[in-house]
Formats: sequence, C-alpha cells, structure tokens
Amino acid sequence: MPKDSGIGASSKRREDVRFLTGAGNYTDDINVHGQAYVHFLRSDIAHGRIKSIDTSAAEAMPGVVKVFTGKDFEGVGGMPCGWEVTDKHGAPMQEPPHPILAQGKVRHVGDPIAAIVADSLEQARDAAEAIDLDIEVLPAVMNMKAAALDGATLIHDDLKNNICYDWQLGETDDAKVDEVFANAAHVTTLDLVNNRLVANPMEPRVAVGEYKPGTGDYTLFTTSQNPHVIRLLMCAFVLGLPEHKVRVVAPDVGGGFGTKIFHYAEEAFCTFAAKACNRPVKWTSSRSEAFMSDAHGRDHVSKIELALDADNNFIGLRTNTYANLGAYLSTFSSSVPTWLHGTLMAGNYKTPVIQVNVKAMFTNTVPVDAYRGAGRPEATYQLERVVDKAARELGVDPIALRRQNFITQFPYDTPVALTYDTGDYNGTMDKLEVAADLAGFAARRAKSEANGKLRGLGINCYIEACGIAPSNIVGMLGARAGLYDAATVRVNATGSISVMVGAHSHGQGHETAFPQVVADMIGIDESMVEIVHGDTSKIPFGMGTYGSRSLAVCGSAMVKATEKVIEKAKKIAAHLLEASEADIELKDGEFSVAGTDKSVAWGDVTLTAYVPHNYPLEVEPGLEETAFYDPANFTYPAGAYACEVEVDPETGQVTIEAFNAADDFGNIVNPMIVDGQVHGGIGQGIGQALLENCAYDENGQLLSASFMDYAMPRADDVPFYGVDHSSQTPCTHNPLGVKGCGEAGAIGSPPAVVNAVLDALNSGGKAVDHIDMPVSPSRVWAAMNS
Amino acid sequence: MTQVSMTVNGKSVSGDVEGRTLLSGFLREHLSLTGTHVGCDTAQCGACVVHVNGEAVKSCNMLALEADGADVGTIEGQANADGSLNVIQQAFQDHHGLQCGFCTPGMVMSAAALLKENPRPTEAEVRKYLEGNLCRCTGYHNIVKAIMAASGQDVSSIAAE
Repeated sequence: MPKDSGIGASSKRREDVRFLTGAGNYTDDINVHGQAYVHFLRSDIAHGRIKSIDTSAAEAMPGVVKVFTGKDFEGVGGMPCGWEVTDKHGAPMQEPPHPILAQGKVRHVGDPIAAIVADSLEQARDAAEAIDLDIEVLPAVMNMKAAALDGATLIHDDLKNNICYDWQLGETDDAKVDEVFANAAHVTTLDLVNNRLVANPMEPRVAVGEYKPGTGDYTLFTTSQNPHVIRLLMCAFVLGLPEHKVRVVAPDVGGGFGTKIFHYAEEAFCTFAAKACNRPVKWTSSRSEAFMSDAHGRDHVSKIELALDADNNFIGLRTNTYANLGAYLSTFSSSVPTWLHGTLMAGNYKTPVIQVNVKAMFTNTVPVDAYRGAGRPEATYQLERVVDKAARELGVDPIALRRQNFITQFPYDTPVALTYDTGDYNGTMDKLEVAADLAGFAARRAKSEANGKLRGLGINCYIEACGIAPSNIVGMLGARAGLYDAATVRVNATGSISVMVGAHSHGQGHETAFPQVVADMIGIDESMVEIVHGDTSKIPFGMGTYGSRSLAVCGSAMVKATEKVIEKAKKIAAHLLEASEADIELKDGEFSVAGTDKSVAWGDVTLTAYVPHNYPLEVEPGLEETAFYDPANFTYPAGAYACEVEVDPETGQVTIEAFNAADDFGNIVNPMIVDGQVHGGIGQGIGQALLENCAYDENGQLLSASFMDYAMPRADDVPFYGVDHSSQTPCTHNPLGVKGCGEAGAIGSPPAVVNAVLDALNSGGKAVDHIDMPVSPSRVWAAMNS
Repeated sequence: MTQVSMTVNGKSVSGDVEGRTLLSGFLREHLSLTGTHVGCDTAQCGACVVHVNGEAVKSCNMLALEADGADVGTIEGQANADGSLNVIQQAFQDHHGLQCGFCTPGMVMSAAALLKENPRPTEAEVRKYLEGNLCRCTGYHNIVKAIMAASGQDVSSIAAE
C-alpha cells in the first residue's frame, strides 16, 4: 500500500501551484528600480587578434550609460576553473586566463568583446552597432586531433600547445595492457563520437547586479544551481570582494542540467558594472546568445577496445579519448572528461585491467563543461556500445554477455579508483526483462516486419557515481572546493519548521520532497515544514545542486540537523515530563515516556524552547540546529534499460516504439518525483541519440545557434516510458540510504537507442556496426546503403 | 510611441508602446504579467503562448499593436474564480506534468486551446498538438498524461506517475 505522506509517499508538489498560475519568480521577472540594461557585443569570428576597439561613437549614442571593453578589466581576476587536473607525467594542466571581456584575442564565436550599458536594451543594442572593431582573423582550430599536433595554431599564445592535459587512469603499464590484448581470444574495437550538445534549459540565463553605495552591499540575482559557489568564486577569484558584502540570489530557476552550475562572465560583469555605473544592471540572454555563451556538453572522440577470453569474460579494456574543452576552461570543465568519466569505465563489469587515456583539447569553440550526467554518459556510451558490438561479433546474447560479466560481490574496488558500496545488477536486469516484456519481442519484431519495418531491441546497463563527493578524496584529485553540503533546521515557537538548505531546486521538487523527510522524522504534517533555498543571505554555506547529489548530500545534512533538533527537544520534553531523557520517545509528533501514558506534544516542546519558563537550566533556549555533511563515498545508482525502435528501411527514419528503465536508486523519498526525473533524463538521452547536435563549420561558425537549427526533442518524438525502481539496494553510507536519480535517464538511454537501431539494421541483413549520434534518417539511410 | 488598448484576463488595459514592442514584452514589462515566459527568439519554444481572441498564439511572435482591441488571456487568468486550480492546472499537478515550471504557462495555455477544439484527444493528437511547445524537464510523459486526464480520460493504465 503506497504511503500517503512522509518518506515513500508521492506527495504532490507544493511548488506547482505558483508555477501553474504564473506566480513563479524567475530572475527575468525581477526588475530593480532604476536598472540599466547591458548588451554584450560578441565576436562573430572564431579566432582573431583584436587590433583596435573604438567605442567613442557608441558612447555618444542616446541612452548609453557606459561602454566597457577588456581594458576595463585589466587587473581584475578572470573566470576561474575549480578543478586542477594533473597529467599523466605529474604536471599540472595548462590553465589559460579567461577574462570577463576579451583581451588581446577572441577565441570563439560568442566571446564577449564589449559590454554596452544603456537605459534600455534597445539603446544598448543600437549602440553596439556603432562600435568599430578591427580584428585580424586567425585560423580557427576546430579539429581536436589536428589541434594536438606540433605546429598547430595556438589558441592561447602563452601555452606550449593546445593540449590542456594528457591524462591517464587505471593500469599505467602499457606493456601489461598490450599483453592482455595480445592474449585475448577476441578483441572488439570501436571508434565513436559523443556528439556535442547544448543543455538548453528552457529559461535562458539572466543576471541582475545591484550595488548600494551607502552600505557597500552588492546583490546579484542570477540563474544558478549553486548561489554560494557563485558568490565564493566571484568574490575570491574574480572581483576581489568580501563575501559578507555580497548576496547572491537564485530564485526560481527554470532548469539547469549542469549549465547553470558554472560562474559566468555575465554574472561578474553585472556585479562589477552595478558599482561602476552606480545603477543596477540587468542582462537577459536571448536563446541565440545562449547557444554561444552557455557552456556546451559532451564532445568526445574515442576509440575503445575490449578484450575477452575464450569464455567471453572481459579481461581488458582500453580507451583513448579526445575531449573538447572549448576555448577556455569553464568552472568544472577539467573534471568532466577525467574524474567524472574515466572512473566510470568499469561500468557494471568485473574487467580486471582497464586503462583510460584522455587528451583534453582547447579549440575555438564555446567552453564545454558538465551537462546532465557529465562524463558518465560518455563513459557508458563507449562501454555499452562496445559490449553490444562484442556480443554481435561473438554471436552471443547481449544480455547473457552482460550478466556473465556483472560485478556481483560488494563492496567492489574497480581498477579505476572507485569502490562500489552496493548494487544488484542482475536484479535490475531481471526487473527490466519483465517490465519490457523481452520475451514478447520476437512477436513484436515479426509484426513490424509484416508492416515493412525493421524492429530492433537495444539493451544498456549503466552505473554512475553520484552524491559528489567526499571532500578529502576530490581534494586529492584536484578539486579546489569542498563538496559537502549544509542544512539549518529552524523550529519556530509554534512548531512549524523552516529548513535552510544549500541545495537548489530548479525542477527537482526539493520544496516537496525535503519536507517529507523532516516531517517523517518528527511525525508531523508535511505542511508544517518549509524549505528555504537559493539565497546566500538565508542559507548556510552549501555547494548546491548537481551530480544527482541533493538528497544524498544535502538531504543527509538535513537529517543530521533534524536529529540534533530532536535530541535537544527530547531534553526539553524530559524536563516537562519529569522523566529521564533516555526514556523519551518521539512518535507521531508526541514525546512520551516509555512504558507510561505520559506525553507532551511537539508544539508544547517547541513553544517551551522559545518561552523557557519551565525549562532545564543546562539547556540553551531556542530550537535551531545546523549540520554539514561530507559524504564518505560516492553513491552508485545503476540500472538496465531497453529501447525498442522501428526503422523505416525506405527512409532511415527511426521511431522509438518502447522505452523501459529499471533503476536501482536505493531508498526513495517521493516515487512520483523520481519517475519524473527518469522520464526527463530519458527524453534528453533520446534527444542526444536521435536529434541533437551542436555543429560548427571548419571556420568555427556555429551552425546550430537557435531552436530552428538545433533539434530539441518534442512531444511527438518520444513515447510513454516504463520506469521501474523496485530493485533497491540502499546506499550503505548515508543516513537515508538514497543514491540519486537525476542523471540516470540521460546516462542510460543513448546507448540503448543506438544499440536498438543497429539491432534493427542487422536483423534486416545489414551488417552495420556503428552509426554516430544523432542517428538521423540520413545517417541511417547512408549506413544501410553503403 | 503608440497607444494600445486590449482586454487582458477580463480587464481593460492600455499603454504606450513602440512599434517593435512584442505582445510578450507588453504583458511582461508593461503589465507585469510575468507568468508569460520567453524561452527563445525564433517562435519555437512556446513558453509564451497566450490566448488572443480565443486562439493560442505565441506572444513573442506578435506585436503588441497587433493585439489592439483584442481579448487576451494569460496564465494569470486561468485559475478558477475562487483561486483554485482549473481542471488543466490541477491535472498538471496531480500527474507531475511540470518540473522547473518555465515552459508550464505555455503548456497550460496550449492544452486549453487543444481541449477546446478537441475535447478527448488521443495520445498521438496531444503529442502532435504540442509540437510548438518545448519542455526540457519532463520528457513530455507526464504532460501528455496530464492533458489526457484533464480531458476526462482514464490514464491509470499509462505506466508510472
């Protein structure tokens, strides 16, 4: 019987009411009295040397307040990178400066050159047209492999080459890896591209900077997943401001998917310019601007080799990847192809020898950083494609091959630096086989064939490392930040509770799910608990929301703080009940003395905490506790996915006929929200597999710079999804036993879709081993007819 | 500047606008009706859908002056008279048809227009009708389900919430 409240209940989302009635408060809805507007003049050249910028005509235009160029930011810090990767020779990564406005060179289409602040946006835009630019066009460095060659055009003149780092994980002895492959009974090799994507949350980025000269206080309203991180980076590394004089507010945020983690130049600019212009300054990105200024995702070119013994056991795995970082290092860009990617190459399998090689490249493109899954989709895609190819080559069932090689003993130390605490990969596969009715596939295929269509079944398994992360471990790996989180549980005198959390909700439903936990622990109605997030002046220093970490990390902090509250409340209750603290029990919002009928209600205890007349003298008044939680390990959600497609052999058109997911997220607080997270991830994964592609031409022009050119999945591109999360192995090291569910769908679905398309083509007698994503009709048709 | 007058959510309004002012801008900036969202600049995303004389219209693709004299409905006018959610809004909440909420006003306005012209749409008809509304959060599953539920259809056999 499903619960109707508390942990495990599909409580309806309370935040929905404001969103459904137009009463949300998104950053672009915020207008500050007297605000000016900024328009950024962005480079339309991918790579060039700035010879001169003449802003004099623009400055004389009507309504113009001030025109800024890179010169105004000499001596101001650049945009920082939050993770220093060490290359395989022990050297730090090459880390070029990333100025707020271009200095000396422009390095990608969209690189901001000048910022025009004016009374209206239209005036700012008009004035931008009057800026006289002289830029010497340089060759655009677009191809990663060519960019790595000696003699390639340098994007950053002060670096020795365009390679940010050459990194390795796993087996360092090349001869040992060679030997494994030499002794293999079978080796399967695959070259593939993980296509470049744009996250495209539906709300474009916005920043509003405000400065109060009377007090010296700044406020930045911004579309962020982690306001405290933005404040820290901007204050400490960019503008050199004292944190206590800066408030960062991320109100309702219309989706993030990773791209709103990062500290962007426009945020620092609006904060800086608010003081320089003595007026609030607002920037609202257009969608076209978003395509050339939001950090992009993925963009890996990889070779993967899988070695198997004569019994089809995986005995070795080697990958060589070129990862595109774009023109500058975005906040967490360096960690994505390395610690968020290489560490996942073991997948669900007990492969004993693994070597991961990654060359991270600078190119004349928009910076690339974390996008939903961040490194894990790239790892999973390679691994699950090569496993499927191996099954096809060996003529064995792809599910049987996977099951044979599954890790089944936990904890399990992988050869690529992780320790999986728990899991049951056969368990999720069992669930999938039933949910997706795999036994009935042959009949469905026959029916499709009778209609002239090819039907394919694609299987995929995934594991991800979520709940980022133990600070001491990521610190050793180069993170320049701690990755704990924090929560303050403030019990009000009348018993209602405000919980201030470091996590940020921008679609995940924290405002509903988090109170379910606190209310359940105390035994009060969920409506008595409210979550406060997104404002550095209200919340403790938490690291925000990304990497499916909110409940596993911030939720754990919230549990710890609630436990402290309960512990203190029991002291007060013991005093009121004239009993020993050890005998006090809390159930359904009542404190009682064990074995008696004596009790006192939650509200009486909370009132006593704030009106401490009859009160234990050794206890402080008030009832408010803060806890920080630093996880002991990552969490490891895992699952098995099945996609069924039909391919029209005449046109190459692919349609998704069925999609089923069986995930193990450990314990679940709100099943409805979890299902929704998986649906959304699958939708984005199908988008990557079939539709989406961020394309540049050889001169560095961005060809997909609007929704006219960049194919987002629409309602008629996707089916209803089947989602099962009944196979549960709770996380062993956080108090809720939760693992995280935000990225699973985006990680697990692209290989399932592509495997299904290849299965369909091969069933039709076309021996096609590979098609790069997006698997568009033209690519499918070409593969079938080559 | 030219004066424009229209009825918005049953109330007469007017304002001075430039010729280039879009209806979305007039609603958001002049009337502070910020429930209508702007998610793109190519009339693709549908976050800005409002009703103009009963028809679903992308308000970023219409000049404010073109709506002179029109009867305009926005998300702020959709709830029941007592402030409770209307049938479509309630179905979106019941079936988790929204996550970040940014596309939601456009989705609700499009859904209302769909159900007006087709009171019991099939799944395929709902999906086809929503071609002009992008959502990045939900994978559309629960949006389609919510709209079918709002039309009075039994959606209990559709997998998951």
